[in-house]
Amino acid sequence: MTRLIPHPVLSTTLVVLWLMLTRFSLGYLILGTALSLVAGWAMSALHPSTPHVRRWAVVPRLVLVLFWDIIRSNLAVARLLLTEGRNGRRSAFVQIPLTITDQTALGFLAMILTATPGTAWVEYETDSGILTLHIFDGSEVQHYRDVVGKIYEPMLMEIFE
Amino acid sequence: MSPLQAVPLAVAIPVALLVVLGSTLTLIGALGFARLSTFYDRLHAPTLATSWGTGGVIIASALMFTVLEGRPVVHEFVIGICIVVTTPVTLMMLARAALQRDRSEGADGLPATGGETPPEDR
Repeated sequence: MTRLIPHPVLSTTLVVLWLMLTRFSLGYLILGTALSLVAGWAMSALHPSTPHVRRWAVVPRLVLVLFWDIIRSNLAVARLLLTEGRNGRRSAFVQIPLTITDQTALGFLAMILTATPGTAWVEYETDSGILTLHIFDGSEVQHYRDVVGKIYEPMLMEIFE
Repeated sequence: MSPLQAVPLAVAIPVALLVVLGSTLTLIGALGFARLSTFYDRLHAPTLATSWGTGGVIIASALMFTVLEGRPVVHEFVIGICIVVTTPVTLMMLARAALQRDRSEGADGLPATGGETPPEDR
């Protein structure tokens, strides 16, 4: 079972995506299933550890917080861009020591920080666990330290570790 | 009668607002991209387009075609998922390439390399 379907979540998601993009029919279902199985095998060849979601219950909370955060920072960055040159904005690098080491959790953190305007993931050192971010609004350095360290990191730890 | 006229006003208004919101944010992002002076600052401007810029247009499209066709039309969200999943790849590649270049040129104001304690923020 685990040999045939090494990544059940990935494969199921791919079948659902395939059916959403085509019309639902038996032929498409079989083709989509075959393709998603191949993708699962390819994935396990590339990346031997299977990510385990420990607690799904945290996921909706994470999505809600993220959704709100994205709206807020969109408006903040849009305002800064429109007043560029007059608002005295200075960007800054910020280094945040991370405690999460799980690759999937780090991947999600990268997506979260990229999807949120105002933060850009620059570098992550696997040895020291230090994440370097570039912050568009340098006056909010402490805010982003808190957001990463106290909000997203604990949630991702609950989900994956 | 064009199919657009079949859209009730209660749906047309939020759809229009979302499209305007999404395209305005994308425009602001593009303007910022053209105006900002440093590379690292310019990394941030397009994220407006990849978050709510796309999001607004996607939600508007899903809403309108769900009403027009009388069944849930959600495949637009696949675009959103693909953008969210793939943007970090190019962003990290560009950012790290820039950092590598600036470090080798010995530019000022760069973050310390790993292993050292993080410096106090400026």
